[in-house]
Amino acid sequence: MLRAQRIGYSTERSQISWDLSVPGKRKSDAELAVALLTGDEAAFTEFVKAFHARLSQYSFLMCGYREDAEEVAQETLLKVFESADQLQDPSRLKSWIFRIAKNECFMKRRKSVFAPKVELSLDELKPVRFGDGESRGIEIADWTSLPDDLVLDGELQQALTGAIRELPEIYRSVVLLRDVEELTTEETAEVLEISSDTVKTRLHRGRLALSPANGPIPQNQSEGGHPA
Amino acid sequence: MNDNDCSRVFGLLSEYLDRDLAPATCEELEDHLRGCPECVEFVRSLKRNIQLCRQLGECMPAPPLGQEVMAGLRRAYEEMLARRRLSK
Repeated sequence: MLRAQRIGYSTERSQISWDLSVPGKRKSDAELAVALLTGDEAAFTEFVKAFHARLSQYSFLMCGYREDAEEVAQETLLKVFESADQLQDPSRLKSWIFRIAKNECFMKRRKSVFAPKVELSLDELKPVRFGDGESRGIEIADWTSLPDDLVLDGELQQALTGAIRELPEIYRSVVLLRDVEELTTEETAEVLEISSDTVKTRLHRGRLALSPANGPIPQNQSEGGHPA
Repeated sequence: MNDNDCSRVFGLLSEYLDRDLAPATCEELEDHLRGCPECVEFVRSLKRNIQLCRQLGECMPAPPLGQEVMAGLRRAYEEMLARRRLSK
């Protein structure tokens, strides 16, 4: 039985459709990983093609420069192939790959590793109607005029990419892994070497801040508390 | 329903969409949503953000890899497979 069924999430009662899937989704990474590790020639080509694009994108959004991103993507693929035989559990391949990529990105942008971490408080991200008059009153509703079955075209893609790049790194890294690359909470925690609770907190704040209407993210926020 | 309920719900929406909430909390939140179209619209907006991010993961092309790079990757792959066979 699915967890959602077990704990009684109700689509009808809440008026929300739970289908977060995207039509035409790629095939399973785990299947691809297994084929790769058993020496399937076609899997090698498919793997390189699929992960090169994903790693390039991830690295670009983490590093900020196309040139760095391409180097990171290629270096990550090389390290994966050099040491994949040390991987005991093929189902963990994806999180392993992104952990390598994350470390490569940090090496490219070593300064950022030591840069002050920016935290966003939940109050800052509340829409105006939830605010107490003193918060920034950020409006997340910028996407609401868009249809539910929206397709990401060039302009929207550019806006979304820009919004992700504006996020402070601790939120950007989580949003990229959870929502763009679709790693699980646990996989994301493993890649970033943080707790699952921290992943959830940062993901929520990152999602809320991820709107072109939010404007620049403040760079001088103190540590925020856990959300309510 | 009042703004305090909305404010509490606000902190839980990602876990709700990710189906990570405890059953009792989920029930409570859904009770609120049934009477609060503004919060429902807010959840839809958040959901749309997530869906757009997922599409982003599919649509950004990378520049083609050069022959030299591909040859290096293939060499590393074949060496890895050889080591893997030996270790079994």
